[in-house]
Amino acid sequence: MAASPARRKPHGKLAELARNVKQHRQGYMLLAPYFILFFIFTAFPVVMAFGLSFTYYNVLETPKWIGWENYATLFIKDEVFLIALKNTLLFALITGPISYIACFLLAWLINELSPKIRAVVTLLFYAPSISGNVYLIWQVGFSGDSFGYVNAFLIKWGFILEPIQWLQDPRYMLIIIMIVQLWLSLGTAFLAFIAGLQSMDTTLIEAGAIDGVRNRWQELWYITLPSMRPQLLFGAVMQITSSFAVADVATSMVGFPSPQYAAHTIVTHLNDFGTIRFEMGYACAIATILFVIMLGSNLVIQWLLRKVGE
Amino acid sequence: MKLTLRLRREKKVNRSVPVDLLVFAFLACVGAFMGVPFVFMVSTALKPLDEMFLFPPTFIVRTPTLDNFYDLFLIFANSWVPLSRYLFNTFFVSFLGTAGHVILASMAAYPLAKLKIPGRNVLFTLVVLSLMFASQVTSIPNYLTVSWLGLLNTYWALIFPAFATSLGLFLMKQFMEQIPDSLLEAAKIDGANEYRIFWQIVMPIVRPAWLTLIIFSFKGLWGTGSGSQGASYIYSEQLKTMDYAFSQILSGGFVRSGPMAAAALIMMTVPIAIFIFTQSNVIQTMSTSGMKD
Repeated sequence: MAASPARRKPHGKLAELARNVKQHRQGYMLLAPYFILFFIFTAFPVVMAFGLSFTYYNVLETPKWIGWENYATLFIKDEVFLIALKNTLLFALITGPISYIACFLLAWLINELSPKIRAVVTLLFYAPSISGNVYLIWQVGFSGDSFGYVNAFLIKWGFILEPIQWLQDPRYMLIIIMIVQLWLSLGTAFLAFIAGLQSMDTTLIEAGAIDGVRNRWQELWYITLPSMRPQLLFGAVMQITSSFAVADVATSMVGFPSPQYAAHTIVTHLNDFGTIRFEMGYACAIATILFVIMLGSNLVIQWLLRKVGE
Repeated sequence: MKLTLRLRREKKVNRSVPVDLLVFAFLACVGAFMGVPFVFMVSTALKPLDEMFLFPPTFIVRTPTLDNFYDLFLIFANSWVPLSRYLFNTFFVSFLGTAGHVILASMAAYPLAKLKIPGRNVLFTLVVLSLMFASQVTSIPNYLTVSWLGLLNTYWALIFPAFATSLGLFLMKQFMEQIPDSLLEAAKIDGANEYRIFWQIVMPIVRPAWLTLIIFSFKGLWGTGSGSQGASYIYSEQLKTMDYAFSQILSGGFVRSGPMAAAALIMMTVPIAIFIFTQSNVIQTMSTSGMKD
């Protein structure tokens, strides 16, 4: 960059690039270890999943090219996949927005508390998402016999006469998993929102008050939301990704496969073909579809969020 | 001190007492929803066997006992592999994975944030994009890669992929962008090379960021092995992690909720303790975590 024009002229753009690269070789040395692993374990698998999705591959034999057949089977013949797709979209459409709004709303309300109380409340709200598979405790609460807490409570107060099989009855399973998923969902995005609110420029709020902002809701819409846009975008990515990838909670709460596939999601379907039946080509087609859905919805949300406060 | 003053003054602007009360009531309700399962878990973990079968079931334990913890260790004593081995595996994987991730992600973040090297935008875009896919998308090809590299059934199958998680690089890069250029230039004029600048200037400044990363990374690794991924990478019992061992033994139907709650209680203490110790750093780091428009 600092080279004199006289020296740069005879060289082309490519030579300049080469020189630039050479000049920064220490920078590249610092980059290399992370990105080598990143390409091996993240970027390359995505490309490979896309490639393998056009093949029949059972791990033992070499992959056989079959074109679009996997995708055709998925959408035409595989009824279970359609159930999984429906459930996943339900999860994403219900828990996604609720958890996202809850993350922001709670962070915003917590921000009004005094610092010490705020620290305690933050820990309380963040704890479920950090403490591993602690959600298994919900299994005890919703257990199917009359010793389950929900059943015992309902029987005692006369709402029901017999215990309900909460975790085996397809009518209730999905709702219960959604509740547990919401309980778990105040994670990284929540922390990002709290932090964003705390580092907000407070003079903006005072200036707003002078300019006629009359209550906290106006303040939220005209001042807080627009200045939080970077964190809102980041939070959206985190929440969307996690609400499309519901699987672990479903598997450990209601078993795998769930009764009548009522809690089957795309990811459990993927695990079914990938790790149990070893139909890797088919599983990769499922993974590709999940990836496309996630990327698409992320782009839509980001486009929507860019409009906040404009 | 300054913070409390600011908040108090802020509160007067645009705030009414009735709505304040409503807000507190709402927060209390949500707090109960978030907190009750934990109370329930602690209480269940301390319940003696006869109290489990009371009808109607009691929410709070009457005569607390440590029987469930004792039972849990008894179950482990009868398993093929001693508990200490699972414990060692978990600590080994979590510690090494976290350390490697923090160091490698910081190393890569510095040139991306502060050096104008060709290709940095492409690399960073790839990392941001990869934030958007769930790990499950890559889990199957990942399994194949791990097996081609001959890492199946070794600790490295869990550790190496953890080194290159995207969130870490993303947070470090956003944080490092705030370091003033003049500071780095001064060091360069004094004759320091990039490695030295990175270790002796950049890393001490971004301490809050890597403390945050330690939480996220450790939390992720501490729970590894319970999902399908960990289970398919590691099949020999001696190398399995605590979380996997717990869920495997408890799903076997040997024991009821008491020991399960005890196990969950033990597992959650470590990540929560780390979070409490580093909370203020986490908040500071996350405030820069926004994506640039």
